Amino acid sequence: MSLNRIIGLFLRHFFLIKSSLPRILDLIYWPTIQIILWGFISKFFTAYSDYYNNTVGVILTCAILYDFLFRSSISFNMLFLEEIWSRNFTNLFIAPMRISEIITALVGTALIRTLIGLVPAILITSPLFGISILNLGVPLFFLFLSLYVFGITLGLFVSSGLLRYGPAFENIAWSSLFLLAPLGCIYYPIEILPDFFQNVARGLPLVYIFEEARSILVNQVVNYSNIKNAFILNAIYLFLGVSLFYYSFSQARKKGSLINIGE
Amino acid sequence: MQKSVIVENLSKNYFKKEAVKEISFTINENEILGLLGPNGCGKTTTIAMMLGLLKPSNGRVVIHGLDIEKNRISLLHKMNFISPYIELPKKLSVKENLIVYGKLYGVKFISERIEYLSEKLRLEEFINKKTGELSSGQKNRVSLAKALINEPSILFLDEPTASLDPETGDFVRSFIEKISKEKKMSILLASHNMDEVKRLCKNVLMMNNGVIIDKGTPDDLIKKHGKRNLEEVFLKLNRNNHELK
Repeated sequence: MSLNRIIGLFLRHFFLIKSSLPRILDLIYWPTIQIILWGFISKFFTAYSDYYNNTVGVILTCAILYDFLFRSSISFNMLFLEEIWSRNFTNLFIAPMRISEIITALVGTALIRTLIGLVPAILITSPLFGISILNLGVPLFFLFLSLYVFGITLGLFVSSGLLRYGPAFENIAWSSLFLLAPLGCIYYPIEILPDFFQNVARGLPLVYIFEEARSILVNQVVNYSNIKNAFILNAIYLFLGVSLFYYSFSQARKKGSLINIGE
Repeated sequence: MQKSVIVENLSKNYFKKEAVKEISFTINENEILGLLGPNGCGKTTTIAMMLGLLKPSNGRVVIHGLDIEKNRISLLHKMNFISPYIELPKKLSVKENLIVYGKLYGVKFISERIEYLSEKLRLEEFINKKTGELSSGQKNRVSLAKALINEPSILFLDEPTASLDPETGDFVRSFIEKISKEKKMSILLASHNMDEVKRLCKNVLMMNNGVIIDKGTPDDLIKKHGKRNLEEVFLKLNRNNHELK
């Protein structure tokens, strides 16, 4: 055993971490988010232990919906990251592709990736747990659409960061969704959040989407105003996401981050 | 002789650092222009601005009479680039990669084009192999095929024979020589291989510290500086420049 070699390898990673703020934040981020999320879930079940009585599968249905959001956003980011990892990024941007074409291609491909991952999961819930997400009925289509648009929007925000800051932004790509999990009120109603967080959460389409899912499953009531609110917020965020992507591309051209982007 | 590329007073500043300082030159139709200079002298920055990857701080690049900044997409259809620092997706086969780029460049008869390039660049034996499994010589030929997929009239070659064995290097040089004549291409060749530059280039730009410090035909430069070959000219100019700094 050579202490020098051990220290050498330690330094290789230490230098990497200390030079990258996103990496440091990433280390702090995960435990914090996990504690907050499970803290709210515990608080909810302590206060309202009979809320989900006789309503089989609410949590599982919400988990599937959340996973759909997660997969669509990650799929979008992954397509971008793959170009960076394979050092193909520059080739892509010297091809005569408009930004609108890049976004459209990624949106379509992300949907296929998402469905490949999620359809089998949905299919096995019925034989394994006796639950079908199709119990949500026609509104399920709107919920999926709304989640997909929001997932793509988050993907656009993260890809804008990748475009501008390169692979250093990679960790944000993985963790962006988990930041929203506690505020999205996926497994509990918005009332469980402290007042300040309730105000923040109302600005996210997720709250309305999951509120609607619970409303249908627990109370058998379809509340289209939730779907409408989700779509209005989605439209605003999508506009911001697309604008940011264009802006990041323009900044990347100024700062030179499109050249030799990689490790 | 028709000028395919006109570079006028091109500059690029990153914060306070001037990477390229008011350089001007032209590339004629059917000309291979050499761009020589030490690492970090501004060659890649210049090429990136010419490809529209980087926005110039000042000056302009005019290609076929059009400003690249205002006509980026339409001009990119007529241009392509090869560099050892960028690669094609490794998990895709050679053919799949060429199909993808054929689509991106809007090539009409992709299969025929791939067949043609495959024959000319001797890709047949590994056309269905994953790109990541190829040797560096094979990868280089595939990158060249990708760079020619859209039949570009302007080609940027950044060290096209770096890390190749002499046989493959010679094959690539011969191919570039032949195709540039056949297709009347304008080529900008950045290289550290002086023999390659002397063999392929009609004119050479010597760059250092973001500026063009000399230019001319390889023979004129050798004669002008009283040296035996282009490498000695390169060393003399760069050492002089270093001492001046």
